[in-house]
Amino acid sequence: MELEKLQDKARLLRRHIIEMTSAAGSGHPSSSLSAVEVVVGLYFGGIIRHDPHRPWWPDRDRFILSKGHAAPVLYAALAEAGYFPASELETLRRNGSPLEGHPRMREVPGVEASTGSLGQGLSIGVGHALAARLDGRGYHVYVMIGDGENDEGQVWEAALSAAKYHLANLTCIVDHNGYQQTGPVAEVMPLAPLAEKWRAFGWQAREIDGHALSQVLDALRAARDAHGQPMVILARTVKGKGVSFVEADYAYHGKALTPEEAERALEELGWR
Amino acid sequence: MEVSGFVTGAATREAFGRALRELGSEDPDLVVVDADLGNSTRTELFARAFPERSFNVGIAESNLVGVAGGLAACGKKPWIASFAVFLTANAYDQLRMSIALPHLNVKCVGTHGGITPGEDGPSQMGVEDIALATALAGFHVFVPADAVQTRAVVRAAARIDGPVYIRCGRPSAPLVYPLGCDFRPGKAIRLRQGTDITLATNGVMLALALKAAWMLEEEGVSARVLDLASVKPVDEDALESAARETGALVVAEEHLSHGGLGSIVAQVLARRCPVPVGFVNLGDTYARSGKPAELLEAYGLTAEDIAARAREVLRRK
Ligand SMILES: Cc1ncc(C[n+]2csc(CCOP(=O)(O)OP(=O)(O)O)c2C)c(N)n1
Ligand SMILES: [Mg+2]
Repeated sequence: MELEKLQDKARLLRRHIIEMTSAAGSGHPSSSLSAVEVVVGLYFGGIIRHDPHRPWWPDRDRFILSKGHAAPVLYAALAEAGYFPASELETLRRNGSPLEGHPRMREVPGVEASTGSLGQGLSIGVGHALAARLDGRGYHVYVMIGDGENDEGQVWEAALSAAKYHLANLTCIVDHNGYQQTGPVAEVMPLAPLAEKWRAFGWQAREIDGHALSQVLDALRAARDAHGQPMVILARTVKGKGVSFVEADYAYHGKALTPEEAERALEELGWR
Repeated sequence: MEVSGFVTGAATREAFGRALRELGSEDPDLVVVDADLGNSTRTELFARAFPERSFNVGIAESNLVGVAGGLAACGKKPWIASFAVFLTANAYDQLRMSIALPHLNVKCVGTHGGITPGEDGPSQMGVEDIALATALAGFHVFVPADAVQTRAVVRAAARIDGPVYIRCGRPSAPLVYPLGCDFRPGKAIRLRQGTDITLATNGVMLALALKAAWMLEEEGVSARVLDLASVKPVDEDALESAARETGALVVAEEHLSHGGLGSIVAQVLARRCPVPVGFVNLGDTYARSGKPAELLEAYGLTAEDIAARAREVLRRK
């Protein structure tokens, strides 16, 4: 898909995110919005090899959303990729809907892991990557974590094991949006220099503008073709990207937009 | 969350935050450690008032618990808070090794207990926390029902020189104790007299049990209601008298079926006075996303469910 079409997809995913969380009256739109371009690159930029009609095809590439509170961006991408009708998105968080507040493995076709307790996705990714080696399969495993999620010790335990086993078939993408729940990452728990930390743990590291689709695609291709050691992509992003008043206030973390705010947001995104 | 027949009060987590701030002004040794959830657990009220005595370790629950153990070893009085599930399930060995085994004076508060976190879904729901916390040797475990009782529970916990786990809830809670209350560890509170059956419960389920008792009254069944906000130690004498005087019990809890309040009550009764007992809980499955009230209904945790279980137990009497 060419760049312009991918940008349209990104705009569409943003619309889904706003609409489904506002309809639900709860959720994490700002954490979903920052991840949009990376997710678009993975699913629509020719990176992930997958087949919506055979969601559990053993050779499929895996995408594990470790920052499970960003479920809306994953659900929107899966719907647009053809795993289920986009009309189901409006059932988000409703009793009986498979689209729960946080992703539950196998409840939704294409959801590879149950997440929502931060810190666990990369270890699961290590398991998938080791299994690929055991089974002689060529699939690649992509795991997305939040920057605040780097606070969890388990992330670094997983990083050590991926480096030990030279899991070049594993990629970690950090949605480096600069904020966690209660404030800026730099204040709550400073991570800098983050790229150096990952390198010290035996990973190749690459820093990109996580909203520039060309950079996203270049980095994802480089990660897919990595040799020797796994690669981490530090995607510099903006929490709430695309909606000015959400970008400006981290207190929107974990809050759905009111119907009026949602209208303003959709207007800013060019949907009105 | 509204329960008909009750005035809705603040969430128990909010009441916890306020009580903690109050304690902070009374005791300079009290310190608070957080894991990037202070605005949800409401410890931010303390942090704003006493920034020099509050620490945020980021999203790192095992570190949270270990740091508290170290502070307590140096004579500080740490209170730590996170979601019930992350605090107990994510940092269990740290609770065990850094706090329970050395029997340190750390107060652990898990908010968002039970299934009433609702729409966020099962990953955020503390539904095994009581089983895990009561299993830790030497821990006291309390589950307050409303904002008024929470304050009393928090203040009682502060007077205990040892580890305590308190479960709080996310949504606003019906006021069961609008006029203040006296909470004593190890003491049940008899909220309603009754002679035919006893409904033993705590937390969110307390208001629902009282409602169930009113429903049973209309059918000519006299139900006693016991508040077991003190889960550990539990009031064995009150349970024995309930068994002797009413001859049957129902235990209702916002928890999975194994290892919670039901297990504790059953163990006491088996030893002191076996009588028919029925259980109202989540069974052996995780809940789904949904509105809190809808979920309570979908998973059989309503006043009607308690009353129905009582009728079933009465037939076994
Ligand atoms: C183990 C665990 N602790 C706490 C939480 C509560 N929580 C949900 S989102 C969040 C902040 C996440 O920050 P970050 O990783 O930077 O993700 P962002 O929302 O910024 O994309 C927290 C603390 C959780 N889900 N899991
Ligand atoms: Mg972040």
